[in-house]
Amino acid sequence: MKLYCLSGHPTLPCNVLKFKSTTIMLDCGLDTTSVLNFLPLPLVHSSRLSKLPGWVSKDGTVNLEKELKECSGRVFVDSHPEFCLPERELLDLSTIDVILISNYHCMMALPYITEHTGFTGTVYATEPTLQIGRLLMEELVNFMERVPKAQSATCWKNKEIQRILPGPLKDAVDVWTWKRCYSMQEVNSALSKVQLVGYSQKVELFGAVQVSPLSSGYSLGSSNWIIQSHHEKVSYVSGSSLLTTHPQPMDQSSLKNSDVLILTGLTQMPTANPDGMLGEFCSNLAMTIRAGGNVLVPCYSSGVIYDLLECLYQFIESASLGTTPFYFISPVANSSLEFSQIFAEWLCHNKQTKVYLPEPPFPHAELIQTNKLKHYPSIHGDFSSEFRQPCVVFTGHPSLRFGDVVHFMELWGKSSLNTIIFTEPDFSYLDALAPYQPLAMKCVYCPIDTRLNFHQVSKLLKEIQPLHVVCPEQYTQPPVSQSHRSDLMLELQPPPMPYRRCSVLNLPFRRRYERVYILPELANSLVPSEIKPGISVATVSAVLHSKDNKHTLQSVPKPPPVPPSKKRKRVMEEPPVVLVPKPLLSGAVPLEAFLATLQKHGITEVKVEETADGHILHLQAEDTLIQLEEDGTHIVCDNNEPLRTTLRDLVLRFLQKL
Amino acid sequence: MPEIKVTPLGAGQDVGRSCILVSIGGKNLMLDCGMHMGYNDDRRFPDFSYITQNGRLTDFLDCVIISHFHLDHCGALPYMSEMVGYDGPIYMTHPTKAICPILLEDFRKITVDKKGETNFFTSQMIKDCMKKVIPLNLHQTVQVDDELEIKAYYAGHVLGAAMVQIKVGSESVVYTGDYNMTPDRHLGAAWIDKCRPDILISESTYATTIRDSKRCRERDFLKKVHESIERGGKVLIPVFAPGRAQELCILLETFWERMNLKAPIYFSTGLTEKANHYYKLFITWTNQKIRKTFVQRNMFEFKHIKAFDRSYADNPGPMVVFATPGMLHAGQSLQIFKKWAGNEKNMVIMPGYCVQGTIGHKILNGQRKLEMEGRTTLDVKLQVEYMSFSAHADAKGIMQLIRMAEPRNMLLVHGEAVKMEFLKGKIEQEFSVDCYMPANGETTTVTTNPSVPVDISLNLLKREMALGGPLPDPKKPRTMHGTLIMKENSLKLVSSEQALKELGLNEHQLRFTCRVQLQDPHSDSDTLHRIYKHLKSVLKGYTIQHLPDGTVMVESIVIKVSSSADDTNTKVLLLSWSYQDEDLGSFLSSLLKKGLPSGLC
Repeated sequence: MKLYCLSGHPTLPCNVLKFKSTTIMLDCGLDTTSVLNFLPLPLVHSSRLSKLPGWVSKDGTVNLEKELKECSGRVFVDSHPEFCLPERELLDLSTIDVILISNYHCMMALPYITEHTGFTGTVYATEPTLQIGRLLMEELVNFMERVPKAQSATCWKNKEIQRILPGPLKDAVDVWTWKRCYSMQEVNSALSKVQLVGYSQKVELFGAVQVSPLSSGYSLGSSNWIIQSHHEKVSYVSGSSLLTTHPQPMDQSSLKNSDVLILTGLTQMPTANPDGMLGEFCSNLAMTIRAGGNVLVPCYSSGVIYDLLECLYQFIESASLGTTPFYFISPVANSSLEFSQIFAEWLCHNKQTKVYLPEPPFPHAELIQTNKLKHYPSIHGDFSSEFRQPCVVFTGHPSLRFGDVVHFMELWGKSSLNTIIFTEPDFSYLDALAPYQPLAMKCVYCPIDTRLNFHQVSKLLKEIQPLHVVCPEQYTQPPVSQSHRSDLMLELQPPPMPYRRCSVLNLPFRRRYERVYILPELANSLVPSEIKPGISVATVSAVLHSKDNKHTLQSVPKPPPVPPSKKRKRVMEEPPVVLVPKPLLSGAVPLEAFLATLQKHGITEVKVEETADGHILHLQAEDTLIQLEEDGTHIVCDNNEPLRTTLRDLVLRFLQKL
Repeated sequence: MPEIKVTPLGAGQDVGRSCILVSIGGKNLMLDCGMHMGYNDDRRFPDFSYITQNGRLTDFLDCVIISHFHLDHCGALPYMSEMVGYDGPIYMTHPTKAICPILLEDFRKITVDKKGETNFFTSQMIKDCMKKVIPLNLHQTVQVDDELEIKAYYAGHVLGAAMVQIKVGSESVVYTGDYNMTPDRHLGAAWIDKCRPDILISESTYATTIRDSKRCRERDFLKKVHESIERGGKVLIPVFAPGRAQELCILLETFWERMNLKAPIYFSTGLTEKANHYYKLFITWTNQKIRKTFVQRNMFEFKHIKAFDRSYADNPGPMVVFATPGMLHAGQSLQIFKKWAGNEKNMVIMPGYCVQGTIGHKILNGQRKLEMEGRTTLDVKLQVEYMSFSAHADAKGIMQLIRMAEPRNMLLVHGEAVKMEFLKGKIEQEFSVDCYMPANGETTTVTTNPSVPVDISLNLLKREMALGGPLPDPKKPRTMHGTLIMKENSLKLVSSEQALKELGLNEHQLRFTCRVQLQDPHSDSDTLHRIYKHLKSVLKGYTIQHLPDGTVMVESIVIKVSSSADDTNTKVLLLSWSYQDEDLGSFLSSLLKKGLPSGLC
């Protein structure tokens, strides 16, 4: 069993597991942090951005002013933003049988994997994961396609040139493999390969392994996966949460008894408490509004935003923000809000109960009904005429490189009355803000990451006790910035097996047994005998049938009756056809009892001679020797076949047959 | 031999009061727990005393599964759990769990408040009963206990309707509940995988019907409604709310829109309206088209259809009213029917099946004079139309489901005996499986023949697979040998050598040595060579070696030659073999005794 690691990002994993005869990809996360190296894509012409100076090397020999722009001491690529894809050279992606998706954030690279690689397999995901994943992809494509950029910068990727660029561009890895965003057509084609599954549904893969998604508590429809055969069990833990937010709670007990547990998707903010961050979010928001400023919340269109809206729903009245308009701007804002209300089965108990009333499970329905929350597909159209300030705007993309958020940064960045509150943990907020510097607006960083922290995960592992843990190498040492915090790493016995991008791990696994089915006819013909108290054995001779990785044993067909042979005399000459080999023997032949038995069969003249290892019996009348030892019996008998067979059968009486 | 037993307490050769007991692998389940619309006495509910004469049912049932929210499938549930007594798990899908208590409450109100019955379950009992419900998701494998697992499949029919697969070890039963094999305006078609259950328990409401295309029926329905409205009549459509109402509402809504009609359409009571909310929130259970477009336009937000008030029934002019219940046996639909029955301009459209004994059933059979409570009679002058809109599978659909699931046995419930008989014949003929149709209280027993799952050591399996080659040769089946170790609950199949090792047993070697005298006037080594040649020619397909140390080996049998001391022409052959080679060793010793043929060199 092998694990191929195609992504180095611990929360956006992409691993391939080879297990028995199947090749299973676990998630295909897209590392979007690469876009931080690019200039933002403004929705309307930005004179500030277009006036940024181009970059020329200090000695003036390399001139890339067309491709690279400088802003407040940082260099950005002026081109269509590009993403860092999962590794595609480590193994042939067309051999992948299935892709298991754990949550909608971990599937954004799907079109790159399923399209143009020869992939012919099936993708498994829950319905909310598929629907919301589709929305997030649609949004991404929309953000990119509505501001087409003619230029595609490639010169800076030249190895010789990249070497002399200022950091972080200099240190960016695999820049040649970075790719532009996919098209909607590719998204649709990729998603048409998805087969829907429900929690605890058992899906058979080629009869060899069974996979099953379990609730992971992190987002709508998010799952961990169990990959198992009759005797081996691998658990794949991706983004999971033990906090009570909107999704169904995490199923922990089903992860028990794993041989190997692949652990990814822990919190990216191990020191930030989500509840504390939520409080800070609310108070900063209220403070800014009261002072007459606007609040900008860069966020994804699904996930934490539901919790933020719910929190605000309770907070608005008490903070007397009842008249402040809240705007949610995204091409998929409406769909995201609508979809969130129809997945009752995937919600926590409290929200499920609401549906039984019947009421919408999320209170944002009421916010919309009472006109407190308004959603728009973009800043163009209705929004521009209905927009009132001060207000709160939720919009994407959290990287601040594309989407409507770019417009609000340009619009509000110059005033210190306004505040930008970062809630998504995927991007460093300083890096995100870099191309907007110098900035007058206030910046508040309250990353809300509900995924498991190190304390929770070590408690969980103690509970479920996997034999081996595999995890990204980042989890095996404290974060670089807090190297003394040994509590911010995994300490396990045996130590976890770390992986990094391009690792190939041999998982410590010895398969010993496989399931076979004994057909009823054969089962009925078996004769068990008790060998030790509570343990019986039976010798089995059967024909093995293997089909679709399922094995069955059935009775040996009776040989066809020998056609009456004309050469009767020859029959004796035919060597024996051995259908059933003799069983192995075990035990010992006790001397006294054996002598008594011999006597019963008329063999009385026995001379017993003691040897080092046992006895030699001399059957004087028959001139035959029997050597009896603890672990062997030797019958020396000349020319007397009937006697030999009699003796044989007498000896066998004392032995167990296996 | 393991057995599966099925006993209907209701719905055996009948429609209504669905309640089927199944015993499988030592587990006992109750499938559905319905009431009978045709009775107002004890026969209304299944006879639970069949399970136990006294005391609670908890000890006798491992779980109860409800297939959908129609009262003939869940109407007796609070009675069973709270009044007879059952505290075990009750499984149903989320939409069923949401809607079922509302229908039960409605049923209770009609029975207790309107008819004044006492000794009936209370609102609190409905609540307590629902607390025992565990929601089921589609395709989720729910482990009821260590051995019993259940899995729900989509059944169409009504929102949240499910078929269930019940599995213990390798034995399984599928119960369909009510299902529909063709998608309609708001629901999808039932689907199941090739799960090959030992018994498929199917409803058979439309066992003998093959229905024409849905489109024709819809056109017919709209035409009739339209004509009636045009001549100023009132149209009553008794429906089960929720369910058919939603489909017909969608139909009328689009028709009204297209034809620009103005006559009002009403829902009776808040119930149906509330139901529309459920449909909106459980949109994932509706059909593909509705799910796809719900963000743009939710099909269950009706523009033309408004809530009904009792006083509207006396309003002049045409109108269409959807009212519950669907069989005109009580409630608002019956009240409106009484009001409108006298006018021949009016029309009642029965969109579903009506159980015997209900007014719906009577008028569908052409009865024009009805005896009502209080010894009054009612003249039925309005037009009575029947439109089969109830979403049950027809004969074609049932056959289609059998083809999908490939059951080993069929069992029909929820249908009329005569019709079942016909379908049974068809099934047995087409699929050559046994088909049963037990009456209520009658037990069908099916013996199963499950394979025994065993863990085979991979070494043994791989050895066999390697020897057998990639493809099994049907002409030359290879036999494999091993030892099955039975210890507590585990069954392990290993090679005999490994079995000895695992059980900590020593191996006992049994050997035989035989001397055979032979007349052969050659040197010892020549004789040995002649023996070698001889055996080579006789024993085809055996490994025979002539070793340099002066022995011949046949498989693992050792043959040595020495001359007799007194006569060099008399050779003494020494044969030695172990018990494992007994057959061959015995054969060789008698073969060599006969001497060597001449002509060997």
